[in-house]
Amino acid sequence: MSKYDELKNFAAELRKSIIIMNCHAGSGHPGGSLSCVEIISWLYCNEMNYCTENMNDPARDRFILSKGHSCLSLYAALAEKGFFSKEEFKTLRHAGGMLQGHPDRIKTPGVEFNSGSLGQGFSFAIGCALGAKRAGRKNRTYTLLGDGELNEGQIWEGCMFAAHHNLDNMVAIVDYNKFQSDDLNTNITALEPLNDKFKAFGWHVIEIDGHDFREIENAFGRARALAGKPTMIIAHTVKGKGISYMENVPKWHGSLCPTGKERECAMRECGCEDLI
Amino acid sequence: MENMRDAFGKILTELAGQREDFVVLDADVAGGTGTYHFREAYPDRFIQCGIAEQNMFSMAAGLAESGIIPIVTCYAVFASMRALEQARNSIAYPEFNVKIAASHLGLDVGPDGATHQALEDIAIYRSIPRMSVVSPADPIELKAIMPYLLDNTGPLYLRTGRSPLPNVFDENTFFEHGKAHVLREGNDATIMAVGVMVHRALKAADHLAKEGISCRVLNMSWLKPMDESAVIKAAKETGAIITCEDHNKYGGLGGAVMEIVCENVPVPVERVAVNDIFGASGEPEDLAKEYGLLPEDIIKAVHRTLTRKK
Repeated sequence: MSKYDELKNFAAELRKSIIIMNCHAGSGHPGGSLSCVEIISWLYCNEMNYCTENMNDPARDRFILSKGHSCLSLYAALAEKGFFSKEEFKTLRHAGGMLQGHPDRIKTPGVEFNSGSLGQGFSFAIGCALGAKRAGRKNRTYTLLGDGELNEGQIWEGCMFAAHHNLDNMVAIVDYNKFQSDDLNTNITALEPLNDKFKAFGWHVIEIDGHDFREIENAFGRARALAGKPTMIIAHTVKGKGISYMENVPKWHGSLCPTGKERECAMRECGCEDLI
Repeated sequence: MENMRDAFGKILTELAGQREDFVVLDADVAGGTGTYHFREAYPDRFIQCGIAEQNMFSMAAGLAESGIIPIVTCYAVFASMRALEQARNSIAYPEFNVKIAASHLGLDVGPDGATHQALEDIAIYRSIPRMSVVSPADPIELKAIMPYLLDNTGPLYLRTGRSPLPNVFDENTFFEHGKAHVLREGNDATIMAVGVMVHRALKAADHLAKEGISCRVLNMSWLKPMDESAVIKAAKETGAIITCEDHNKYGGLGGAVMEIVCENVPVPVERVAVNDIFGASGEPEDLAKEYGLLPEDIIKAVHRTLTRKK
């Protein structure tokens, strides 16, 4: 099996886990979790250095999910990689459970930051990257942003800081699925020209198809090779990717889950036979 | 008499010579907070974040993750309001070891006026879980507190102040951290004060002593966790409490003391504080007079409280 086939299988497992968690919880942002599956798969399978047995190793690479509402995809990857058992999926969003509605580094192994308040994960990642440089460590920091998250002023504060401090040990990725909570970005606060915005802020910018593993691989490779600047990967994605009736439909951003025939359809489409 | 911000900058500089575990973050106000002393001596440990407090606070959490202790500095009004949610969600909730050091407290800010006067910061920071709040009364206490803060892990809000403050303590004072510090013993009432109000409380107590009223005076620098046992003891032994703070009357030292007193041993409590209004421009002493924060205001409050005492 090729590297890309393995990645596709991994991504399919994540989609299955996302739907399972979503149905168990009865809520929890499926749209934006499904759009970033390939990016998260790449990070955890091929890009990052980390060790599940030594989660606090200072030399590990960090991944900060700044768009914390998409934590279903993060939990799916962490469970797949053995940070915790898939049994925990049943407790998502439930009182006493380990898996919170938004990531919590204290409660959940493998989670780096308590994200969800948008903009803050990005700044936290900048602090991690700056800290690594100051400590003379070679580890890298990755952070995934939502496109709606770019509305936050804090993002642009951070953009200025990271470029000014030449943080070439960090990569930020925009999960550019074109939708935010209520509607299309273009109907809320338009982002374009996004590439030029980041360039003007001093970032190295790469645009890719965020579902194509070859393009993802190429982008992260180029980021690694570049010195002197932080890299922003603008990943064009499809919200709700993989579940036909969720794709590009705004309501699947929000905190809901498929029911009845929707659930059967979602199960079938992500190849899951044994839910609940 | 040294101004607190210069004292703060010098203490940081001195500490930096003794330990390498902290850095100082600034939001383009090193002249205002006194950290320029540190910047000049240790430029490599000074991180200029620009006028971007929200990024600075969340970033500090990331630095703390790397094992460095970040001391985040800016004016209290911005630390407690502009970057408050970052303090809550990036620092306190994940429990990062970040020290937030805020200058420019209350009306004591003076001529810059209401936009720069933090009259709410105690109420705000006190309500955040996992966050400690401490407000030393003079440069000597500040100097004693700083190493202790660095040695004890956890998020903390330090109020450093701006103006020159007369020394309340002498150089040999022993500070029991987390405890209310008894400055005067007394039986008739207890005056509890914080920050710039401590030396005014002492003046009031001295004057009252001449009238034959014996006041206990407590420096309440630890606002959270608060020394509950000292408050309960004062209520039991003196039967009346007067709180003094350069802060809005709601939610500050007075509110915190009232919570403890009401729950444990109800006695009359009066608050000497800013009466729920925004400040104006003026010299600190003139403002203290206009808004009722001088020793004579404390004296009047003691008299009022004693008439309510059973």
